[in-house]
Amino acid sequence: MSEQPEPIKKVSLIVSKGSLVDVYPALVMGNGARMEGMEASIFFTFFGLGALIKKTQNSLKVATVGNPAMNMAMPMLKMPITMPFPTLLGAIPGVSNFATWMMKNEMENLDIPTIPEFLEMFTDAGGEVFACKLAMDMFKLTKDDLCDQVSSVLTVGEFYERSAGASIIFT
Amino acid sequence: MTTKELAGITVDVDAEGFLTDHKIWNLDLAAAIAQEEGIDPLTDRHVEVLNFMRKEFEENGTAPSIRKMNKLNVVPTKELYALFPGGPAKKAAKIAGLGKPQGCI
Repeated sequence: MSEQPEPIKKVSLIVSKGSLVDVYPALVMGNGARMEGMEASIFFTFFGLGALIKKTQNSLKVATVGNPAMNMAMPMLKMPITMPFPTLLGAIPGVSNFATWMMKNEMENLDIPTIPEFLEMFTDAGGEVFACKLAMDMFKLTKDDLCDQVSSVLTVGEFYERSAGASIIFT
Repeated sequence: MTTKELAGITVDVDAEGFLTDHKIWNLDLAAAIAQEEGIDPLTDRHVEVLNFMRKEFEENGTAPSIRKMNKLNVVPTKELYALFPGGPAKKAAKIAGLGKPQGCI
């Protein structure tokens, strides 16, 4: 009889990028881990910090330039998924805003919360939210700039300490 | 499908122990499943949540999300995690006699 693999007990997710679609996967995975009874934390660094800053967390955008898979979003416009979306089109003013609006609508329909609400849901579920000290210094931020869900600002060393025994996932 | 002895009767369950027919559910069965899941006793507050989930399931064919129960003030997320420690959506659905939740949120 083969042995059952050990179930995952703890996950530490890292978010280093700050577009709307860069932030959601970590929130979904982190919240999903709590729903399965695992310990979960999310560490936001570099541009990922934008999701925690009170002044910016409501206005994260979908990047419409430099993404050769934008055709995936075409069915939201009732167009075929194979229809190409040239990156130059994505550079036209307003296109990113429109794509963001469309994506947010789609997510609301699927019962996916906004970023601030998701962070609240995740911490209410017992998940922990951390901000990166180095990135905070670089972007001239203080803890007061961040939303209430952030429990600590950590150095890389402290992040690894807190992640003892966890699967670390870089999103 | 397998069968199982719960609260003195034999019931059909799936591979993970979820009741396959939610209509046979009653409070005795709920208490027996809760005990297996490490929740003992099943309080009135638990039952309130279970009843809401069952009502939603009957109306929409699916158990409500954690978000929905928080938004409708049925049970705040923090309390839900405290009531059903170690996986609230799955545990609550199991004790409510419903199938395994299919949502990711």
